[in-house]
Amino acid sequence: MISTLRAGLARGGIELKQTLTTPSDLSSYLIPALILFGTIFFQRDAHVPGTSFSLGASTLPGVFGMGIAFGSLLTVAQLLTVEREDGTLLRAKATPNGMGGYLAGKAVLVGGMTGVSLLLQLVPGLFLVEGLHVSATGWLTLLWLVPLGFLATMPLGAVLGSIFDNPRNMALVTLPIFGLVALSGIFYPITGFPGWLQAIGQVFPIYWLGLGMRSVFLPDSMALVELTHSWRHLETFGVLALWTVVGLGLAPAVLRRMARRESGSAVEARRQRAMATVGR
Amino acid sequence: MTLTGELDAGLDVPVDERVIDVRDLRMRYGAKDVLAGVSFTARRGEVLALLGPNGAGKTTTIEILEGFRMRSAGEVRVLGVDPAGAGEHWRARVGVVLQSWRDHGKWRVRELLKHLGTYYAPYSTDEIRRPWPVDDLLDAVGLTAHADQRVMRLSGGQRRRLDVAIGIVGRPELLFLDEPTTGFDPAARREFHDLVHRLTDVDETTILLTTHDLDEAEKLADRIVILNDGLIIADGSADQLSRQVTGLTEVRWTRDGQRFIHAAEDATAFVRQLFLQYGEDIADLEVRRNSLEDTYMKLVLDAEGGER
Repeated sequence: MISTLRAGLARGGIELKQTLTTPSDLSSYLIPALILFGTIFFQRDAHVPGTSFSLGASTLPGVFGMGIAFGSLLTVAQLLTVEREDGTLLRAKATPNGMGGYLAGKAVLVGGMTGVSLLLQLVPGLFLVEGLHVSATGWLTLLWLVPLGFLATMPLGAVLGSIFDNPRNMALVTLPIFGLVALSGIFYPITGFPGWLQAIGQVFPIYWLGLGMRSVFLPDSMALVELTHSWRHLETFGVLALWTVVGLGLAPAVLRRMARRESGSAVEARRQRAMATVGR
Repeated sequence: MTLTGELDAGLDVPVDERVIDVRDLRMRYGAKDVLAGVSFTARRGEVLALLGPNGAGKTTTIEILEGFRMRSAGEVRVLGVDPAGAGEHWRARVGVVLQSWRDHGKWRVRELLKHLGTYYAPYSTDEIRRPWPVDDLLDAVGLTAHADQRVMRLSGGQRRRLDVAIGIVGRPELLFLDEPTTGFDPAARREFHDLVHRLTDVDETTILLTTHDLDEAEKLADRIVILNDGLIIADGSADQLSRQVTGLTEVRWTRDGQRFIHAAEDATAFVRQLFLQYGEDIADLEVRRNSLEDTYMKLVLDAEGGER
């Protein structure tokens, strides 16, 4: 068990190093950060309605929160479908304790990748965007919020990645998630929506990660523009913990079912299908 | 030897020496029987080749033995354990080399072998030290010069040798090789055959191999099992098979510049007679037993003819 975990950590570390030294991967970390700061730059004169607080500064923390949910959920789902197709998962299955090591490695890799993109947005954000600062209790909030955010979203990504076995069908996952982002009050305050849309938004982790991040980076007076005029830490913790329980409860069974179906001929069939799609 | 219907192969091997023991294995997809009652065994240190036309059930059989696929019916024991419910300890004693792997493209060769080796370390025993030290392994498969290359930059043959290296990094007692030399050039193929001989001679590794290359089966396998349409239609060494299919051996020679070909029942007696009769006049003598390819074609055609 310990040696499996250690192998998984080593695996995640190696793959994290690989992605950070691959130019095409690096651009996928940098480009979103650049787009984000570009947008904020052009919004620099806009203010949150009714206050003198800059709109850019009020949006940015929510984007950090979305990044955690988005990054860990989608990356896990994507990696699982791609690595099922290229045989990485079958390799793990053919290795003693390989599946455990594989999953631990993925958690480290995706945690690391999301962490790196978060830092790429957070560090310049703290320096460039006026109005963001973190208090001592804010850092404490980050300590539980970020790990809980990973735990709430990564298993869900694993479940989605197990259900879709064709990487080219991933749009079926990404599109609804983009829709969900729109409902989650990241770019546009959730208070502007009708009640039933607010209710849907508050079911999913993205809204709560955004809210939690705003509570860390924005002054407490900004809580007034949120629902119920408070940061609702207890609810944030509760909803994210609930998703963690659901995800961790569901993921092992779904992953096991997926792993059971892996075989040489399954990988070969997917390879043939991929070749046929590329050839078209 | 039977050429049609069920054939039980290798039942004469004592039970405790059977690394693979398959009894009446059946696999059914919908209404189609892919395996219709297959029985065979493999002894420790033996190289067993599984031959047969596409769709004969080779892949299904090997995947059931690898523990990657559930069977419909029958008894299967691999290293004394049913692969359908085998645990990680069993997994550590088995090596698998499949056909189409494109995984770990960003990894470097040495890095990957070292990492995958760590999973086997807890299963090291006094008799079998696991994993295989990386540098020795790289040397054994001829990848030392490419140790620091990324996996995606390897040529087809090098990639295949890496797959074999991964298959044996845990020093398996049983190794599954699914069409191992597809895409190899002749030199790489020769090196691969030497590696297989080394594995079986030095480490007593048992190998189950599928191939379409009959020449390879003849060179590597101690025993050949031919599957057709879900049934075993022949089992034996290449020699036994060819002798039993047709008793005829081809003899070629020249006399006074003229070529002769004769199919002899008893080639030795025939050649003796030839020399007695013509002595020094005989030149360019060749004696050729049926090739495995001839034997294989005849067996498969006979089996299919029997059904029609």
